[in-house]
Amino acid sequence: MKKRAKPAAGEVAAIGTDAALPKSSVSTEPVVTPVEETPPEKKPVKAVSKTANMGALREMLYFAFRNRKLVIGLCLVLFFLLVAIIGPYLALHDPIYNIDGPSAHAPMLHGRYWLGTTPEGLDVFAQFVTGLKLAFVVGLIGGGLAAVIGTVVGFTAGYNGGIVDEVLNMLTNVILCMPVFVVLIVIAAFVHIKGPVPEALIIGMVTWPWAARALRSQTFSLSSREFVSLARLSGENSWKIIFKEIAPNVSSYLFMMFILLFGGAILTATTLDFIGLGPAGSITFGQMMLNAFNDSALLLGYWWWFIPPGLAVMLLVGGAYFMNVGLDEVFNPRLREM
Amino acid sequence: MSGYGSDGQGTGEGGLLKIDRVSKVYSTGTFGGKLLTAVRDVSFEVKPGEVMSVIGESGSGKSTIGRMILRLSPITKGVISFNGTDISTLKRRALKRYRREVQGVFQDPFSSYNPIFKADRVFAMIKNEFFPGMSGPEWRNKIGLVLEAVTLDPTQVLHKYPHQLSGGQLQRLLIARALLLDIQFLVADEIISMLDASTRIDVLNLLADLKGRGLGIMFITHDLSLGNYISEKTVILRRGMIVEMGATEKVFGSPTHPYTKMLLASVPQIHRKWEEVAEELKVPDAVLIDREAAAKGAYETVSEILAPDADDSVLVETEPDHLVRFSPEEAREMEPSAVAGKSA
Amino acid sequence: MSLQIENLRVYYRTLAGDVQALDGATFDIADGEIMGLAGESGCGKSTLGNGIISLSGRMKYVEGSVTLDSTELPIWDFGEMNRHRFKDLSIIPQYAMSALNPTRKIGKMVGQLLDSRGVRHKEYIPELKRRFELVGLSEDVLGMYPLELSGGMKQRAVMVISTLLNPSLLIADEITSALDVSTQKAVAEMLIEFRERGFVKSMIVITHDISILYQVADTILVMYAGKLAEKASAETIINSPRHPYTRLLISSLPEVGVTYAGKRLTGIAGTPPALLNPPEGCRFRDRCPFAYEKCLEEPPFIEVDPGHYTACWKEI
Repeated sequence: MKKRAKPAAGEVAAIGTDAALPKSSVSTEPVVTPVEETPPEKKPVKAVSKTANMGALREMLYFAFRNRKLVIGLCLVLFFLLVAIIGPYLALHDPIYNIDGPSAHAPMLHGRYWLGTTPEGLDVFAQFVTGLKLAFVVGLIGGGLAAVIGTVVGFTAGYNGGIVDEVLNMLTNVILCMPVFVVLIVIAAFVHIKGPVPEALIIGMVTWPWAARALRSQTFSLSSREFVSLARLSGENSWKIIFKEIAPNVSSYLFMMFILLFGGAILTATTLDFIGLGPAGSITFGQMMLNAFNDSALLLGYWWWFIPPGLAVMLLVGGAYFMNVGLDEVFNPRLREM
Repeated sequence: MSGYGSDGQGTGEGGLLKIDRVSKVYSTGTFGGKLLTAVRDVSFEVKPGEVMSVIGESGSGKSTIGRMILRLSPITKGVISFNGTDISTLKRRALKRYRREVQGVFQDPFSSYNPIFKADRVFAMIKNEFFPGMSGPEWRNKIGLVLEAVTLDPTQVLHKYPHQLSGGQLQRLLIARALLLDIQFLVADEIISMLDASTRIDVLNLLADLKGRGLGIMFITHDLSLGNYISEKTVILRRGMIVEMGATEKVFGSPTHPYTKMLLASVPQIHRKWEEVAEELKVPDAVLIDREAAAKGAYETVSEILAPDADDSVLVETEPDHLVRFSPEEAREMEPSAVAGKSA
Repeated sequence: MSLQIENLRVYYRTLAGDVQALDGATFDIADGEIMGLAGESGCGKSTLGNGIISLSGRMKYVEGSVTLDSTELPIWDFGEMNRHRFKDLSIIPQYAMSALNPTRKIGKMVGQLLDSRGVRHKEYIPELKRRFELVGLSEDVLGMYPLELSGGMKQRAVMVISTLLNPSLLIADEITSALDVSTQKAVAEMLIEFRERGFVKSMIVITHDISILYQVADTILVMYAGKLAEKASAETIINSPRHPYTRLLISSLPEVGVTYAGKRLTGIAGTPPALLNPPEGCRFRDRCPFAYEKCLEEPPFIEVDPGHYTACWKEI
């Protein structure tokens, strides 16, 4: 093991000192003058950092915009969102009804058809833009519904404990243990999914258990903290306590939970569509890839039929997960690099 | 002092807070198989302007009693009455009125504040629930008054986050919050233990001043010297039962129950060595630690060696204002007139 | 054994600069001496105790020397210190009893600990069992999980394990704080017994509870805001302290027999200074009732009576 040399005496490098930082306002006048209150019970002795006097929100934003992962992830998601919103206005051709497109043409043929055409001559770009829009719809509705259910179940079980917790726990465990895909397949087989919104709702109703579980345990530990007892002593009723005292403390978790559910819903929907159980008649990414598969795109080398949707799903969901990792660092001061 | 109960009727008797044969039993294990008795048949009374110390080690049930008084935990058996009214009968509006009279401060000052909000939000919570119509300037004035009562400088504690304040300041803020409500009774659960030595005495003195203004205080602690300093009455709890209680100077001056003696002999005193105290109290060293017995079966705590009091033991009044728990046989040996009739 | 600490400075690195948590400690501990290290939160006592043996993480070695049994300890080199840890000096860290791995039986944990020190653990098991018995733990404890033991039992087990290789110096950091009063006594008395039996030669007992130190320590060192305030025999510190901080501190402690009605005690007004940019001169000056102009200059920590050191201009 390499021996470290003894540091030279007097080597006191102050790291990160900023001349603009407020100096400790301890008075240097002699004898008894009021000292600025510092918390002596904390150890080590509290340092005055740039963010010490900021509110929690501002401190978070400060770190958020300096976090590379969060920024990159956010950019990806926002980029796709932008394309989804503006895209339909840029697509010159209708995605489903062919007007005069040549079939199976490569991208940029004659300057039109930015992503080429399908065997039926449909504009792939137009399809792409529609699929992207539907992906967001499914993600937001499906993810949103799962988030709502998970939150309500998690808070209620965690705060109340006792028999309420036992019952909700059982419900959560039952759904958690169900093979979700098999259930979705069965549902889809019997109930013809009419469109992406019902699909999103069904996904939302079966993917919430892990979120409820995690939130329940967070709520448990927070409920045993004294400030909850104090809130009860102050006359607040249970719902007020959950939403005013507990929820803000887990807000970061709720946020991240929603992002994960959003990404997960998109993946689930795409997979369902790909195996043919999605809504008929609408163009989603899964549908596009299914069509590409059926039409032997790989064999023929017609990459523009499956690479755009596949890549988009990967980057969109990946971007969301990336944001999540970054957010974890922002919310949890201990993970931040100093 | 009249009661205020839900029907407006009260008797005003029974002192300020009266605990009558209260027990707390928890059901533990999956689906509530086993029973755990945290508090067993405890009775005492606190009068206005009186501080009662409730002293016990961990597992004695002292905090549980505090929580039952504060209506944070339901009572299994027995009656807790405030100004003559049974507090378990209070609902909604009456319960809210109860909260105006009885408040609590807990052990960990940092845990008592919601970390993402400013510290003085605890005042805002009180305003929202109890003084919704009060005007801004009037409220600020009220806050100024209570901060003065707890000797805190408003400019140093208002608009700050909990992590910017010290433990002592946070505890005093909590006492100020209780004072906003003009309470009659305060439950102080180990409020000193997490403070530094030099701030402890300030908070203790504050409590003593408040008692001078007519406040009744239940001071829960494990530290006998603190209890001795400010209380008139003392209750010694062990495993949920009272083993000795009465006037502080009698309980500390002439401790009778072996457990009390053991506690006093174990407290590190700053001017007397342990051997001195043990000799004076005539506590044989065998009571304090029996190594051989211990090595044979790893027991829970040192005080385990002292056999716990049986369920049929009784409290006997050995002198006025001094009760001690004895076994029924020992009680009978004493003068029959001494048995106070307060059976366990 | 002997320990000499010379001008030890350990700071904490933070975003805003260095917190001068321990700023120049110089003192000696003789063979067989139990020295209590007392002070309030933020005074630097934990920094001192931990700095001597495991200076790592945020802590930054600035200057100073620590000499144990005539060997200078390379405290700035965490890896090098491994040769000394557990054998020459050992620590019972704060919260040690909560730091036991809940999924590991005590016996297994001890085995791994000894193996990591290059010690054949099988050789030490009989001695370990003998010592467990001495402190009132049955040998079944080796087969138990930490969850099955009470606070007092865990603390006693940790004490035995830390001193298994008979170190010269034991540093005990707040080992009595989280315990019931009866267990506190047993644990404190155990410290003395360890010294009597030769398991440990000398000790540094870090605590905020001075009354425990009065019971078990030979000398007490009082620290304030990163500096040494006073060091003397336990009797002297309690009954005739000279530093104003010590005097105010001792007189603010309630004890059995003292009541509010009888004698109202007072605390010390104000709070300790922030150590990020500590004030000039004596750090107690702002709260000291005796402060005068000379206090703007830092007082040296010197011997004012045989064996009695203090850092106060008024006492020199």
